[in-house]
Amino acid sequence: MLDVESLEVSYGAVRGVRGVSLMVRKGELVTLLGANGAGKSSTLMAIAGAVRAAAGRVRVDGEDVTGAAPEEMVRRGVAAVPETRDVFPDLTVAQNLQLGAFTRRRDQAGVLHDRSEYFERFPILAERQRLPAGNLSGGEQQMLVIARALMSRPSVLLLDEPSLGLAPIVVDQIFDMIRGLKESGLTILLVEQNAAKALAVSDRAYVMRLGRVEAEGPASEIAAATELKSLYLGAEP
Amino acid sequence: MSAAQFVLDVLSLGGAYALMALGLVIVYGILRLVNFAYGELIMVGGYTMFLVSGSGLPWLVMAGCGVIMAIVAGIATDYLAFRPVREKSVTAVLITSFAFSTLLQNAALLFISPRPRAVPLPELFSRTVEFAGVITPARNLITIAVAVIMLGLFSWLMRSTALGIAMRAAATNFRMARMMGIPANLIISAAFAISGLLAGTVAILWIGRIGTVVPGIGLEPLLIAFIATVIGGMRSLSGAVVGGFLLALIDTTLNYTLPQDLLKFRDAFTFSLVILILLWRPEGIVRGPASGQRT
Repeated sequence: MLDVESLEVSYGAVRGVRGVSLMVRKGELVTLLGANGAGKSSTLMAIAGAVRAAAGRVRVDGEDVTGAAPEEMVRRGVAAVPETRDVFPDLTVAQNLQLGAFTRRRDQAGVLHDRSEYFERFPILAERQRLPAGNLSGGEQQMLVIARALMSRPSVLLLDEPSLGLAPIVVDQIFDMIRGLKESGLTILLVEQNAAKALAVSDRAYVMRLGRVEAEGPASEIAAATELKSLYLGAEP
Repeated sequence: MSAAQFVLDVLSLGGAYALMALGLVIVYGILRLVNFAYGELIMVGGYTMFLVSGSGLPWLVMAGCGVIMAIVAGIATDYLAFRPVREKSVTAVLITSFAFSTLLQNAALLFISPRPRAVPLPELFSRTVEFAGVITPARNLITIAVAVIMLGLFSWLMRSTALGIAMRAAATNFRMARMMGIPANLIISAAFAISGLLAGTVAILWIGRIGTVVPGIGLEPLLIAFIATVIGGMRSLSGAVVGGFLLALIDTTLNYTLPQDLLKFRDAFTFSLVILILLWRPEGIVRGPASGQRT
């Protein structure tokens, strides 16, 4: 489904991502783990087209999409949720969702159907649909940006640190949501610092360190390698 | 002089200023760059009306031609001055927009004339009418009506259409807007087209006051638009409108109150007040949305 080969990302002289190769099969949930600054987010943003890759290939369904603009990636079925949790603060919750469906704006019936579906799944968003999105709490904003990305009906979802800075109970809700998305058949590439929670819902995982992939394998194996965990991810409770 | 006269003057001048400011800020909001060729869009509108003046077409059609050419010139600014260098550097875009401005002005000097050219105006523009007990030029009432219509149209576009909402999203966070699948080029071209539409409208109203067009006609509207957006708040569309009306209020008040021999220094008084406003609110009167990433 998603095939990344020797991806490199540079920021000036700094090479943030140094030849990362990874693959996500259809319907899989794959997690990208690693300490701060390991290059996880850069990898994700380069796949989404939001950051220019210096070298390497990105393929979606076998088609080469290297260097495609972010708007082009959305049309090709790859939606990304950056860690910055960017709601459009002065637009309403409903308008934010509407924007997520920009590529499908000719299909108003489908868009409205999806919107009411997400309102059903996240009643809090329905309740606040006429409020500016900037008024939502952090957890609500996270739900909104994920729902908004899903409004484009992507085949691959790229999720960057969805649990960042959220209260534990909200983190659980977010992971429940991710599990639900996986069960509905969506292909997901997840970047997380919360390794334990991420591995619990993942099929496979890659561990990144200093811009390279250091380890990969089924989530259970990576989780079992406690040594790895303490080395690269910091101690987990 | 009466209160009604004063209000009418402020509203008609403010309406024109607000439209000028909106045309500048719509592009600034998305690109975070001032389009210095904005004044020349107004010039293009004026010269188009001059060029079609001998055609015998109804006046409204000629005015429509002026507006359409201003829109075309706006889109051309994007394609020629902004798009090729947009991703390279801010300085480059500033220079190309200056260059485009100079190019258009010199084209007018070279191919038309440095001297004022008469622009066709309907007889209505020079008539005076009595309204609310005040005798006023009809063009003031026309300006107010056109401003109300254009502001209403603009507000509807930005609030209720997919394109308008996408443009507002792009103005707050351009990268995230693109990650919604909103094409960058579409949004930017749309902003330039709307800028051209407003410039074309302003051209008719502005030139309607003097009746002629010269190559440098756009300089004053550009300056007005710039000052109005600075005091209103550069990141906010409503700020541009507020700034336009505030600037008109200042100008008109000074026109009414300054003694005759000081009147020629009116702009010095205006700018002093602008400085005071900026000391009081450096970000402008209306604060825009928080984030401000360039493309």
